[in-house]
Amino acid sequence: MSWAINNASMLAHLTGQNAYLALVPVLVGLVVSLPLGVLCVRFGWLYPPVLGLISVLYALPGLALFVVLIAYTGLTDTTVMIPLGVYSLAAIFPSVVDGLRSVPEPVRQAAVAMGFGTWRRLVTVELPIAVPVVIAGLRVSAVSSISLVSVGGLIGIGGLGYLFIDGEQRDFATEIVVGIILIVILSLVTDTVLVLVRRALTPWQRGRGRLNRRADMRADLPILPAGMQMP
Amino acid sequence: MSYFSFAWQWLSLAHHWAGSNGVPARLIEHLEYTVIAMVIAAAIALPVGVLMGHTGRGGLTLVGIANVWRSLPTLGLLVLAFILSGGASWAWLIPLVALAIPPIMVTTYEGVLGVDADLKDAAAGMGMTPRQVLFKVEVPVALPLILLGLRTAAIQVVATATIAAYISLGGFGRYIIDGLATNNYQLVAAGAACVVVLALLVQFAFTGLGRLVVSAGLRQQARQS
Repeated sequence: MSWAINNASMLAHLTGQNAYLALVPVLVGLVVSLPLGVLCVRFGWLYPPVLGLISVLYALPGLALFVVLIAYTGLTDTTVMIPLGVYSLAAIFPSVVDGLRSVPEPVRQAAVAMGFGTWRRLVTVELPIAVPVVIAGLRVSAVSSISLVSVGGLIGIGGLGYLFIDGEQRDFATEIVVGIILIVILSLVTDTVLVLVRRALTPWQRGRGRLNRRADMRADLPILPAGMQMP
Repeated sequence: MSYFSFAWQWLSLAHHWAGSNGVPARLIEHLEYTVIAMVIAAAIALPVGVLMGHTGRGGLTLVGIANVWRSLPTLGLLVLAFILSGGASWAWLIPLVALAIPPIMVTTYEGVLGVDADLKDAAAGMGMTPRQVLFKVEVPVALPLILLGLRTAAIQVVATATIAAYISLGGFGRYIIDGLATNNYQLVAAGAACVVVLALLVQFAFTGLGRLVVSAGLRQQARQS
């Protein structure tokens, strides 16, 4: 404990770096997933091949990607952020598609009957209804991303992962435990913020906690291969 | 030079396929880590998931736990287990098992929970005991999802088993860690390629396994929907 207090400023710096390295890729993943998801819902035949490609990318080992990318990007933050962005895409994209597909048909037809065009319907009706499922995907990807950053410690860019490498070399367990705890705390804080964002964006769902939990559970499921969609 | 030809160049040399640092030897080590970790994780996660899905209890806490659990950093668990065990050679087991448990447990729970209540009623009406309903109806119907959870876990373990090399163990991670230490990016690329190919093979193996163990009726249903 005294070690953590003595090194508080270093720990704060590493935590900040960890958050930055992890969350920027998640945002990029979200920004890419939204249009891609909209396209795949509109043109259904696109979904299976895109999903297949993304699930292959998901299988790439993080460490290997980091190291291979060094040859192209040098030892910069981007080296770590590109693989994390790819993983985020793999987690968020299916939830965007699921979210948009969860819009009940009567709601869609009601919007059409009220004279909403394609774009207005998408932005004011379909995307808001998809928010809980999309946020569930975001939570999974943000938490995984925060914990995966630490692997970057092996190439010297790993936020709190530095503590693991340093602790191992110095045979100093406290440092490693502190690193793990800080990563868990950072994940919990990020997760809570995302839950609050969801509440703010879906005022009509307040008091329906159970239903939201179901949406979260869905996002916990792995990417489904083509032809094996949930019944 | 493209990444693939880079890796290919290394992999096409015959002497990289023999001896204790050859591809076959490293493959066996890598598979060993993966299989042992998966068996232990499945032995823990499957019964818990089936039980919770069957009773329908505890699922809401499961999501919370899965989320916190997922945030545990694999590398951190690895070095911590390594140091606390005094450098034991089984330290790799802890992070890999920890990694595999959440996907197996959550999908199993969700799969068993999602079995149609009418099906269970019909089975009970045919005179099945609760135990028979569980093992002859609920588990087989949930099997596609259970396999999916196992597959996700297996692929993550294959990809992550590379870090075992960090505590001086073998597997394909050896190439990646050694290549990194000696600035030999060709070696790293070759190691990464091996892991990706193995991950794809695992994916195909599970697809084949699904064909074998999932009942034909369910597979037909999945195709039609």
